[in-house]
Amino acid sequence: MTTEIIRHPARPSPWRNPAIRGIAFQVLFVAAVVALGAFLVHNTLINLRRQNIASGFGFLDREAAFGIGESLIPYSPADTYARAFLVGLLNTLYVAALGIVLATILGTVMGIARLSRNWLISKLAQVYVETFRNIPLLLQLFFWWGLLRETAPAPRQAWQPLPDVFVSNRGIAFPVPAPDPAYGWMVLAFCVGLVGAIGIFRWARQRQTRTGEQFPTGWVGLGLILGLPLAVFFVSGAPLTLDRPELKGFNFAGGHAVSPEFAALLLGLVIYTGTFIAEIVRAGILAVSWGQSEAAMALGLKPGHRMRLIVLPQALRVIVPPMTSQYLSLTKNSSLAVAIGYPDLVSVANTTINQTGQAVEGIAMIMAVYLTISLIISALMNLYNRSVALVER
Amino acid sequence: MTDVTQQLPLAIEPPPRAASGLIGWLRANLFSSAFNSILTLLGVAFLAMTIPPFIRWAVVDAVWSAPNSRACAGAGACWAFIHEKFRFILFGTYPYEEQWRPFWAVLIFLALILASCDRRLWGRRLVLLWLAGLAVVGVLMWGEVFGLSYVGTELWSGLPLTLIIAVVGIAFAFPLAILLALGRRSRLPAVRTICVAYIELIRGVPLITVLFMASVMLPLFLPTGVTIDKLLRAQVALILFAAAYLAEVIRGGLQAIPRGQIEAADALGLGYWQRTRLIVLPQALAMVIPPLVNTFIGTFKDTTLVIIIGLFDLLGTINASLNDANWRGTSVEAYVFAAVFYFCFCFFMSRYSYMLEREFNKGRRR
Repeated sequence: MTTEIIRHPARPSPWRNPAIRGIAFQVLFVAAVVALGAFLVHNTLINLRRQNIASGFGFLDREAAFGIGESLIPYSPADTYARAFLVGLLNTLYVAALGIVLATILGTVMGIARLSRNWLISKLAQVYVETFRNIPLLLQLFFWWGLLRETAPAPRQAWQPLPDVFVSNRGIAFPVPAPDPAYGWMVLAFCVGLVGAIGIFRWARQRQTRTGEQFPTGWVGLGLILGLPLAVFFVSGAPLTLDRPELKGFNFAGGHAVSPEFAALLLGLVIYTGTFIAEIVRAGILAVSWGQSEAAMALGLKPGHRMRLIVLPQALRVIVPPMTSQYLSLTKNSSLAVAIGYPDLVSVANTTINQTGQAVEGIAMIMAVYLTISLIISALMNLYNRSVALVER
Repeated sequence: MTDVTQQLPLAIEPPPRAASGLIGWLRANLFSSAFNSILTLLGVAFLAMTIPPFIRWAVVDAVWSAPNSRACAGAGACWAFIHEKFRFILFGTYPYEEQWRPFWAVLIFLALILASCDRRLWGRRLVLLWLAGLAVVGVLMWGEVFGLSYVGTELWSGLPLTLIIAVVGIAFAFPLAILLALGRRSRLPAVRTICVAYIELIRGVPLITVLFMASVMLPLFLPTGVTIDKLLRAQVALILFAAAYLAEVIRGGLQAIPRGQIEAADALGLGYWQRTRLIVLPQALAMVIPPLVNTFIGTFKDTTLVIIIGLFDLLGTINASLNDANWRGTSVEAYVFAAVFYFCFCFFMSRYSYMLEREFNKGRRR
């Protein structure tokens, strides 16, 4: 029997040490990334100098000299590029905010409809989801825009789907209530009602934990929020005069009109995003196991309470995170406005880049704005998510 | 004790007629309550209001051949436009006599996509098949060898361009996405930070800005004198964009790998790359195949955006044919046609992903 001499190996070479390898690899990786960045910046600076383009944001103070079709704030071509950017940004925020609200409503309705026990309704919702989800958004935008711009008649022969609502190739005109001082008071009353309802809600919850007595917060709150403004409305003599659109010359005057571009963009965004939201809502409701509902019924909860106290809180936990990403993608998708000529941020920036050649600055500004919007929406939704998330030990 | 059945000789009766058959089905599914009945009636009214006019427009009153749009001005659809422009929509500005080449390229793509749906082929063989197929497509489209004349990428358009951008985009984005996902899960802080920054930056901005950046800023980034053509620029943008989204899907798979698998690999003495290649990735990727297919669908729909920087994919050739003065006012027909094409493609893929999901969940279902 031979005894083998166990040789203790010499200290392993430092190259075999995972910690040292890790540091070496990271140094190499960072160096490569920095080198690539430096190479690109270097080239860019050389190219810019060669093309005589001054870098920097000085161009923002110069006169923009291009018109913008629709704007939420006063704007004329004599204003600066900075103001043009602001107009574009406001337009983006406007269409995105409206789109998020409408898409949520449409998506929730369709998601619930798909779960309906009514065969026809569930099939209709399914056809809606499957169809519009599988067609590229840009194509849908072109379709709605083409429909409104080309196929819709001139203002004289405008379609009238509802009384006083006119769809023509100049856009959609609809009546709005004529301004009246009473509306200001109604807004105030609404705010008072809202604050009051929140106060009552808190008080009722505290009372219920203390004494177990319940209070019909839902009805009282609704009464406060809707009843107060309505009371103000009737007290001030119900001043409901509608400002109706009327055909004057070649277009409609009065009422409120939205351009075909805006209508097409909003319609496309809402219908497209609504399909995804419908699927999220459906998945969220299906994720709550049937046993939860059965247990709630066994405890004797009413259907309304069952939905509000048992099913919805658990469904929201599943729904909120993917909903956030849908809101983000709707906001980002609103940049497709540039393809149909709605003056959103990207479209204004594009014009600016073409006029001034300040490509780097223009694109940096768009990216900064979208990143900021994304961060804000994520932060808000995370805040909400924390309030519905499961609290574990 | 006597047998109960003998005491009560009742014949087994069929269920009441109102609970079975067509009437029973209608009762259970359409008219189960007053509210449901109202919904059903509303649904039927909606269908009655939309379906017959649509069929009248699309089939009954439609004009199938006409010299121009004025000749088919009527109540129905002007399919003559599609009939007239069909070849241009499919192959765009590719030289007319040479259009058999993109035709075969499209057929090869479709065959490859169909072959990829067969799970028996998954593996090295499929990769080789794709490489061979892409090589043949490249030869067909570019030419200059085997007696084929050279056709520059600025003439590529229509359906082959859509398929090339989508397929090449996914093919290159995928490996990049795996690296990004591994980087994001890495223990090395510098690597992790850079990968997180890249992924979040790209996911935070719209595809349009990345495309603009590629078309406007890429020429500035490159050394003076180096130019790259428009198609490649768009392709690079799409790859960089899709990689960030794919990376997040793959990260989901990586996170789902139990810690024990990695520890077992370590115990066997596997290094990082061996462990990743042999143990982690095969399991992680298999787990996320259905969401991967969904991301592919998204990328396929995103390819339409290249028209904003001036490429003519399928939607671009349709827009270009709408500019023909002879065919004014046919945009609805054109976009319906395009929508049907994109729908068929995406619907097929989404059904496939749904099927895969069900197959993969078989083991997990009880």
